[in-house]
Amino acid sequence: MNELIKLSATELAAKLRAGEVTSVEAVQAHLDRIAEVDGTLNAFLHVNAKEALAVAAEVDAIRAAGGAGAEALHPLAGVPIAIKDLIVTKGQPTTAASKMLEGWMSPYDATVIEKIRAAKLPMLGKTNLDEFAMGSSTEHSAYGVTRNPWDLNRIPGGSGGGSAAAVASFEAPLALGTDTGGSIRQPGAVTGTVGVKPTYGAVSRYGAIAMASSLDQIGPVSRTVLDSAYLQELIGGHDPKDSTSLPNALEGLVAAAESGAAGDLEGLRIGVIKELTGEGYQEGVQARFNESLELLKAAGAEIVEVSCPNFKYALGAYYLIMPSEVSSNLAKFDGVRYGKRVLPEDGPMTIERVMGATRAAGFGDEVKRRIILGTYALSAGYYDAYYGSAQKVRTLIQRDFAAAFEQADVLVSPTAPTVAFELGANDNDPLAMYLNDVATIPANLAGVPGITVPGGLSENLPVGIQFLAPAYEDARLYRAGAALEALLEKQWGHSLISQAPAIDTASIAQEA
Amino acid sequence: MSAISREDVVHLAHLAHIEMSDAELDKMTGELDAIVGAIASVSEVAASDVPATSHPIPLTNVLREDTVGQTLSIEEVLLNAPDSDSDRFKVPAILDGE
Repeated sequence: MNELIKLSATELAAKLRAGEVTSVEAVQAHLDRIAEVDGTLNAFLHVNAKEALAVAAEVDAIRAAGGAGAEALHPLAGVPIAIKDLIVTKGQPTTAASKMLEGWMSPYDATVIEKIRAAKLPMLGKTNLDEFAMGSSTEHSAYGVTRNPWDLNRIPGGSGGGSAAAVASFEAPLALGTDTGGSIRQPGAVTGTVGVKPTYGAVSRYGAIAMASSLDQIGPVSRTVLDSAYLQELIGGHDPKDSTSLPNALEGLVAAAESGAAGDLEGLRIGVIKELTGEGYQEGVQARFNESLELLKAAGAEIVEVSCPNFKYALGAYYLIMPSEVSSNLAKFDGVRYGKRVLPEDGPMTIERVMGATRAAGFGDEVKRRIILGTYALSAGYYDAYYGSAQKVRTLIQRDFAAAFEQADVLVSPTAPTVAFELGANDNDPLAMYLNDVATIPANLAGVPGITVPGGLSENLPVGIQFLAPAYEDARLYRAGAALEALLEKQWGHSLISQAPAIDTASIAQEA
Repeated sequence: MSAISREDVVHLAHLAHIEMSDAELDKMTGELDAIVGAIASVSEVAASDVPATSHPIPLTNVLREDTVGQTLSIEEVLLNAPDSDSDRFKVPAILDGE
């Protein structure tokens, strides 16, 4: 393994600036790694080698020329990044891991992609996900499952399993994800990586294919907290193209991560959410969580218990609001202007029947389930009982957060109730699959930010620790997250990801 | 009590424009019934005095200047169309028998 790919994004950026390595070398090292292991992992749906190398060469030329051009380069210029295939990109296909968009080429770039291009981060390619980001395991992709680098027979989480697996397996130092109910944080937890769902509106959603618009949020995926801070500062800020975009950019994220890494948590009040521990959480997950609390306490943090009594209704509210928005957002896939068109085999050839056949063939089971569920929740006679009630629960959850943040500066919980489960374990039980997001969903309903940080191993599989902060206070996540990361690494004497086993490419038949 | 009947699912699939086989309808009916049963608890706490929240961070309506911005060319728009004819999307008949 080329040692370059083991560097964090920040470390690689420093070496690029110092002229110790070139961006072309760094990009090529990651492309070589993708060629070596991705036939086994299937983290990438598309590899963008040519453009990535061209951007890298451009950065190297600017740096070699020196002067004002080199000084104006973004700190992450030349550091490669992978993009979740829910985010639209010119020049590369965007599929949302659905047959509906097979081969679709976006005529425009998402705002986050424009920022990445402007900062000259070479894009390595597009990563796998559950179809239209619907799932917690990446098993619902129309293009095959992604495997967890820690155990090839287990899920990498979802929906952003491709981005998490790519970063965990050193195929990329950075990736973009999207988080509607935990799709950045839960994959981060089960792959031993870092993932952040920023405050709703802190990063533009323009160009992220909408699943549930009031919940969706783009955010960073990385191996260190500091790397995520740099990436969020790059992609964040107001965007006139997104009417839900916050008016002001959040600042001080990198500074917060640096101050947290110094290890001083004196005066920080950390609230343990009573409802997100204990029953339903695996023993090993709970044990790692308790150990992290002890470390945080020893570093000067004050640990308090907070209660969020309405969190027990969060999952129900989420599985009404999200499918309702899904049924509306996915109505546009009708086989008329773009995407798949399937003609009915017999009978009258009307547009209505073409739509029915197109959507039957283009959508997978989970997508259909959610569209039908959302159509039900919004239908006359049920609207008040289901969608209306769910929106009220959303208010109650916001009130729970407001009360909790009176007592604590950040809240903490395990990110996911279990370690990564085996592929296929929940195939016939959609409800059991939904329970994976029980700890991550409340943040989306309330719009508050959350981070997952590696918290150790249970059964040789990673456990994630989640911090949550009030809206606009993403900096607190980076402070607390970087502190816990530093404390744990000091105790272990190494990073968690350095303990990931070598990927046995011979054990799994290469997928076509 | 079963919350969702097979007839309901037939109707919903029609509303959602998704053609479904008999086997799919049977499977979907059972799954939806279980899911709705599990999430119906939300109505327990949704008292009439609780206001609804549609959006996590309230923002006032955002308007932009009424000026022409960046647009896509006809070629770009039709690039991904399943069928087109002289600068237009081409679709099957809207009404049966015409």
